[in-house]
Amino acid sequence: MTDVLAVAEHRRGDLRDVSYEVITVGRELADETGGDLHLAVIGGDVDAFAEDLNREGVDAIHTVDHGEEFNHGVYTQAVAQLYDTTDAGYVVTPNSVNGLDYAPAVANRLDLPVVTDVIGLDASGDGLVATREMYGSKVETTVELDADRAVVTIRGAEWPPAEGTGDADVTAFDADIDESAVRSTVTGFEEAGGGDVDISEADVLVSVGRGIEEEENIELVQDLADALDATLSSSRPIVDNGWLPKNRQVGQSGKVVTPDVYIAIGISGAVQHVAGMKGSDTIVAINTDPNAPIFDLADYGIVDDLFDVVPALIEEFE
Amino acid sequence: MKVLVTVKEVAEVEDDFEIEGTEIGSQYLTYDLNEWDDYAVEEGVQIAEDGDDVEVVAVTIGPERSEETIRMALAKGADRAVRVWDESLEGTDLLDVDAKVRLLEAVVEEEDPDLVLSGVQAGDDAFGATGVALADEIGFEWAAVVNQLDLDADAGVAHVHRELEGGVDEVTDVELPAVLTIQTGINEPRYASLRGIRQAQSKEIAPKDLDDLGLSAADVESDLRLTEMYEPETESDATYFDGGPEEEAGQLADLLRDKGVAE
Ligand SMILES: Cc1cc2nc3c(=O)[nH]c(=O)nc-3n(C[C@H](O)[C@H](O)[C@H](O)COP(=O)(O)OP(=O)(O)OC[C@H]3O[C@@H](n4cnc5c(N)ncnc54)[C@H](O)[C@@H]3O)c2cc1C
Repeated sequence: MTDVLAVAEHRRGDLRDVSYEVITVGRELADETGGDLHLAVIGGDVDAFAEDLNREGVDAIHTVDHGEEFNHGVYTQAVAQLYDTTDAGYVVTPNSVNGLDYAPAVANRLDLPVVTDVIGLDASGDGLVATREMYGSKVETTVELDADRAVVTIRGAEWPPAEGTGDADVTAFDADIDESAVRSTVTGFEEAGGGDVDISEADVLVSVGRGIEEEENIELVQDLADALDATLSSSRPIVDNGWLPKNRQVGQSGKVVTPDVYIAIGISGAVQHVAGMKGSDTIVAINTDPNAPIFDLADYGIVDDLFDVVPALIEEFE
Repeated sequence: MKVLVTVKEVAEVEDDFEIEGTEIGSQYLTYDLNEWDDYAVEEGVQIAEDGDDVEVVAVTIGPERSEETIRMALAKGADRAVRVWDESLEGTDLLDVDAKVRLLEAVVEEEDPDLVLSGVQAGDDAFGATGVALADEIGFEWAAVVNQLDLDADAGVAHVHRELEGGVDEVTDVELPAVLTIQTGINEPRYASLRGIRQAQSKEIAPKDLDDLGLSAADVESDLRLTEMYEPETESDATYFDGGPEEEAGQLADLLRDKGVAE
């Protein structure tokens, strides 16, 4: 019987959705190990956060009142100390940019294995079995671990958020933070590139990915966008290459879009891309790879070369 | 100043492939420098170009075959390379983060770098954890998912942007020595010039095994076992258009007209 320690996430005054998902995962694990679910919330308005996080299935909430925003030095120390003072075996954190900035350090410090970006978990047997993807979602794998101790980071939006009202004990945890070990300072936040177009407002998006191969070829999809009176957007590599400005990027680190129609051209459908466009009403994918993950999401698919299909499509509207 | 860049040769999978046990058949794999590490190498080389007396050392964990890929890092400007491998690692299908950290820690002890750059993640296993775990182990400060770096070596600070979700950057000052995990888009990785490729041939790739690093097989035993690999069940309920590009375009055009997208 071991307990589970889950860690909430917030930014600029708001809890992030994945905070409710770590509760769901933590509860499932705790049910399998027969333990309690502890939830940590560190920094910011911890009392208000604790109230919001007190959902069904949470046994204890530990608030660590320390700083406004995320700092991995503080998080690493606080989580490691909470691990030691509870009976926790598993630690569950979001596989977010911030999760990846402290969870591996927590694992190292506590000498625990770390399994990241997990999309399925089972602790009902002797150890832990985690499901994760490899090779850009082309395969799924199961990873086994004999231990009943590990740090697990979970992919967002894979589990339902915890709901209902709980009756967890909320206590302030007086973490003993060694300030000399906190050697990075967050000095602010910056919104990336405002720019001319707001793709999140568009009704129809023609979105282009690495399948376009060359910068000159962007013109081809721009022509299609023009023919459809649509807005041009893209996956990340196009922006990384400097072929389109940052404000055109759809995805986890770009914009979340919800157009009526999203046409994904030469885009594989990596999880970080999908995070930005899965709410589109109708999704059309054009890709030479019939196994591309984008087809799992698509309502309409064309398995063919974009350099043949797109010109033919433009012709249809000319 | 010395910059250590961790690089990995990753396998890329062809469109059509078959799984054999817990591996993809080698005939369906091609190998390349990990996308994120390419940006890390570029960042290291740019630091060397901007400063006096900066050495860039690339370190990799990989079998002899991976030397081909490591030469890419050398051709792009890294001064020399260290390649860690050991027969005892041969059978491991999943080297866990802890094992990688032990190996890299031993290299850090030998090299004593001021800055370690690694990629945010490797394109194949996508763990995204090695850089931060390594930093904690060697007592360096760190920052994950760095998409802008302004190094002030004299002041001992790296001014970085960390790319958070939703188009927001966190602006952070990180004390050196540090490990930074580098995000794509931070720079524009150069192509290896012919001259660079030629020069790379004469640069050193020092092989190190466990013995050389003062480690034993037990130090790098993996806690994780890859037990299954399968193609995800397709959840696709897409309607497919087929019949060649013209017909496909025609059907898609009809759909778009139906949806009122175009006339
Ligand atoms: C922390 C983090 C944040 C990220 N944030 C984002 C984000 O916000 N947005 C984002 O998009 N990515 C993001 N990524 C990157 C993401 O993991 C993928 O690398 C990226 O989405 C891949 O883009 P792609 O689909 O265009 O390229 P690829 O994955 O290379 O896919 C190209 C596709 O084109 C197809 N293709 C090739 N030639 C043709 C042709 N002639 N005709 C038709 N199809 C063809 C191929 O079959 C393939 O499926 C992030 C990654 C990390 C680690």
